[in-house]
Amino acid sequence: MKILVPVKRVIDFNVKVRVKGDGSGVDLANVKMSMNPFDEVAVEEALRLKEAGVADEIVVVSIGVKQAQDVLRTAMAMGADRAILVVAADDVHQDIEPLAVAKILAAVAKEEQPGLIIAGKQAIDNDMNATGQMLAALLGWGQATFASEVKIEDGKARVTREVDGGLQVIEVKLPAIITADLRLNEPRYASLPNIMKAKKKPLDEKTPADYGVDVTPRLTAVKTSEPPVRKAGVKVASVDELVTKLKETGVI
Amino acid sequence: MDFGLSDEQRMIVETTRAFVETELMPHELEVERSGVLRDELRLELQGKAIEAGLYAANMPEEVGGAGLDTLSWLLYEKELGKTSYALHWNTVCRPSNILMACEGEQRDRYLLPAVRGERHDCQALTEPGAGSDLRGMKTSARADGDDFILNGTKHFISHADTADFAIVWVATGEEDSPRGRRALITAFLVDKGTPGFTVREGYRNVSHRGYPNSILEFDDCRLPKGQILGELHKGFEVAGQWLGATRLQVASTCLGRAERALALATEYAAQRRQFGQQIGKFQGVSFKLADMATELKAAELLTREAAWKYDQGTVTEADMAMAKLKATEALAMIADEAIQIHGGMGLMDELPLERIWRDARVERIWEGTSEIQRHIISREMLRPLGG
Repeated sequence: MKILVPVKRVIDFNVKVRVKGDGSGVDLANVKMSMNPFDEVAVEEALRLKEAGVADEIVVVSIGVKQAQDVLRTAMAMGADRAILVVAADDVHQDIEPLAVAKILAAVAKEEQPGLIIAGKQAIDNDMNATGQMLAALLGWGQATFASEVKIEDGKARVTREVDGGLQVIEVKLPAIITADLRLNEPRYASLPNIMKAKKKPLDEKTPADYGVDVTPRLTAVKTSEPPVRKAGVKVASVDELVTKLKETGVI
Repeated sequence: MDFGLSDEQRMIVETTRAFVETELMPHELEVERSGVLRDELRLELQGKAIEAGLYAANMPEEVGGAGLDTLSWLLYEKELGKTSYALHWNTVCRPSNILMACEGEQRDRYLLPAVRGERHDCQALTEPGAGSDLRGMKTSARADGDDFILNGTKHFISHADTADFAIVWVATGEEDSPRGRRALITAFLVDKGTPGFTVREGYRNVSHRGYPNSILEFDDCRLPKGQILGELHKGFEVAGQWLGATRLQVASTCLGRAERALALATEYAAQRRQFGQQIGKFQGVSFKLADMATELKAAELLTREAAWKYDQGTVTEADMAMAKLKATEALAMIADEAIQIHGGMGLMDELPLERIWRDARVERIWEGTSEIQRHIISREMLRPLGG
């Protein structure tokens, strides 16, 4: 079975995010970018399925700027077999919207015929949490989102989902889409010998036009602003003082 | 000219950094306070390093290493250098490159087990009477039939306590040279447990807690000639051919530590408030940061250029000496100023600065003192003019 894993290049989770001066978005110039952490989990899950003999090939695909080949190389250094880069933007600030991404991925899936697609449940940059679901709808496949455990048997995926207040176990027929939650696994380090080998693995470059998809944005960002700065608190000496202060400020 | 990193180099840095931050740094305080890297912890971390594919990265692919070029290897050394010697050297082992000179069954007994992490080596050159002047070594081997009999003492030998065998350089004769008689040197592989070979505890010192040095004693230690690494009398030649860019390795380790100290100092200058403002707003602090960053960058560029030239086969002794000199001196300055910016807090062991400051001292001494490096640089300048 072939597994397709879409990966996104996003601002690194360690970076202190700054809003651009004109409020049009987050400043990404000269900022460290990395693979979306949820996608790393998805790659790891695919690798484990391959090691368990369930899958025989892992194809990673990224849609965005040319520099997204970074994250594809990283995925191949972790162990993915080959990569497809769909260059859909010139400017790192131009985000490709979930519907366009899902349409391109659907076209890639038709070409590649994977038995399973594992994606991150969302990207940490704009938290849309939409691509996996849209892709399932476009392909007419089953979806199992927010996976914290995956078992493949008899042409079905048995997936434990993290839902409000507990866990839900569902079964979906393959081919299907699974979106990964953080607790699904702990991604491995790309080993040095594998990093060196990744250089020789194939990376195909495509454009949205190759798949007949229009990536023109449909959404307009009206304003981006930083979260309000938390005001300094006060120290209190006793419970009585605490209660008095809380009353004064109208909290109780 | 391209000063950027390739995809592979970027990934090597990321993997090594992640390993150092998650697996090694959490144990720093324990090692510093106890002065010991527990055997159990050492073996556990070694297992993790092997599993993570970070082990023996300095060795070529054909013997099971990562086959990195010099620049990539040094980027990896820089990341490892951010933590203490005890934690990176004894866990993410890099067998001596000189083991590539092993021939025949030596490969199966020494080289390959070292790459797999089953056996560990140490190198013994320095003697109480032979530091910068290595050819003045007194430890000697005399032929006795097909065997050699070693006598003498080596000291300051790093990680000999955990090593399974030593690569030992000894005098095996003399020859005439334009500057008078000089010793002929031969390298031997000596297993621990060989009769007449003793490893004793070395000196307590200011740097590198948990990474002890040892004293090696040879008392009529008999070795068959098959233990010679390379050829008889060609000990320095085999070192020259295989030892690799060890001075650049020292430089890279220093860059890693200096980068960590500078990052801590920068963060502190932005957070700490005195007299109603961030201390980084005071010129006394901000100019320090600027000078530290400039020194670090200069040292890093020298090291990278030397590494690049090493792979092109155009590096000179002076190139490597300049990188080693600059990086070790930059670390000393940056570690000192980082503590100054932190004030009293910089001296407390809750922060890694006091360790970085202590550990920095040896870097200007081992692998050739700063004075020897200056000698090498100036010699290369003056020699063409008959100097």
